[in-house]
Amino acid sequence: MSLRTPPVYIAGVAETPLGEVWDQTELSMVALAAREAVAEAGMTLRDVDGIFVNYMGEEGSVQVGEYLGIQPRYADSSDLGGAAFEAFIHHAMLAVAAGRCEVALLAYASRQRTRRGRSMVRARDGSSLASQFEVPYGLPSPIGLYALIAARHMHQYGTTPEQLAAIAVAARQWARLNPKAWSRDPLTVQDVLASRMISDPLHRLDCCLVTDGGGAVIVTTAARARNAAKRAVRVLGAGESHTHWHISQMPDLTVSAGGVSGKQAFEMAGITPADVDVLEPYDSFTITVLMALEDMGFCAKGEGGRFVERNRLGPGGDLPALTSGGGLSYNHPGALGLLLLVEAVRQLRGEAGDRQVKEAKIAVAHGVGGFFSTAGTVVLARE
Amino acid sequence: MSERPAGAFGDAITAPFWEAARERRLVVQRCRDCGRHQFYPRPFCLACGGTALEWAPSKGLATVHALTTVRIAVIPELQPPYVVALVELDEGPRMTTNIVGGTCRIGDRVRVAWRERPDLPPLPVFEPVGEGST
Repeated sequence: MSLRTPPVYIAGVAETPLGEVWDQTELSMVALAAREAVAEAGMTLRDVDGIFVNYMGEEGSVQVGEYLGIQPRYADSSDLGGAAFEAFIHHAMLAVAAGRCEVALLAYASRQRTRRGRSMVRARDGSSLASQFEVPYGLPSPIGLYALIAARHMHQYGTTPEQLAAIAVAARQWARLNPKAWSRDPLTVQDVLASRMISDPLHRLDCCLVTDGGGAVIVTTAARARNAAKRAVRVLGAGESHTHWHISQMPDLTVSAGGVSGKQAFEMAGITPADVDVLEPYDSFTITVLMALEDMGFCAKGEGGRFVERNRLGPGGDLPALTSGGGLSYNHPGALGLLLLVEAVRQLRGEAGDRQVKEAKIAVAHGVGGFFSTAGTVVLARE
Repeated sequence: MSERPAGAFGDAITAPFWEAARERRLVVQRCRDCGRHQFYPRPFCLACGGTALEWAPSKGLATVHALTTVRIAVIPELQPPYVVALVELDEGPRMTTNIVGGTCRIGDRVRVAWRERPDLPPLPVFEPVGEGST
């Protein structure tokens, strides 16, 4: 499928304050990032007429709209968890291309570290299917579901704990080059394997951080992007899908929705994995990255372990990935997908400092949410 | 509006599963049109779209599809470490469960057992099948 619609651009990106944020609310954090992103786009908040927000209180985008003084003509609060912001780019691209809005704001902030707000316990009252058929078995959410997937991948393809650990090491090597990264100490495969086992085969250091953070992204038309203060980046393609909620319903534990979202996005962009200069895959857990590499076609199914073990993802590798340090070492505020977009844009603009990937022309951000349930893929290009 | 009966668990679609569980019988939905089994239950057959569903007894035998040892406390009833598995019933559907009464690996054969729960129907869990018993 080709997209016979006008080109659409990302004209501004920003992070909120990151790490431990004691002196802000989620709304004030979003306001800081949104103002910075619209300034990059050469606009003000008054120009925003489309809003793509979720996980900011009841009724999706409504509270952020009120706080920022935006009364949009297009509003979307699709709930695809970690993939939401890649899906929002998909939706914003189509809405802007169709003329339903002209300046779309994607925004998110969370203080889940300072609020200690990421719970592994789910509702138990018997009213939901999960509370009847999954929760009583003590499956920690989400790590237990990812652990089952990793265990199956290992059984089926011989993937090893060392190979999974290599992904955390690559992320840390990048984080050491990013002054904003939360974890910057040296890390080895042995360190990951020696960290506490949480839910076999996933160790503490196979898991992402829990930090405060968020950001904002502006999506707009070619005409509006021309006035941007910084170089705008073209949205070449996007895709999304989801497969399951309960782990018992996942069609194949070794295949994620990233197959569908990746194929959609790459086809729309007219690229193949070989064209990708920078990859920003969602790294809630090390296995999340490994399976995404396979599902998007960077390597064959089952080859992910061998693909990552020679540090091809790290600095100097042939597929630079997780270049901010990712959710594993830089920042994971919950809906990490937004920060993947921010990093991809900065790499394409050449403003990533010590971690800059040379000659980066095509970047892919790939969000994964739920229990490997959802996926959203976005292809971005420097023109 | 009628009141929820005391002691009821689940909903109209899942209640027969839990009623059978009270008698320590594992049942799964079977489609009379296409013959496929499905779990969890739905008001239609996911395979063929038909609605001629019946509750069929499961043999209670399964193969371990994936498993993890949980080493952190999640719910009060289960003291870590404990094993959570995804098992594939011989009838086809997969279920999330616990492995009790022995250790297991992926590919091992298991059979249903029941965990008693105060105020709730017994919960189907699985235990390793001894050598040569299937």
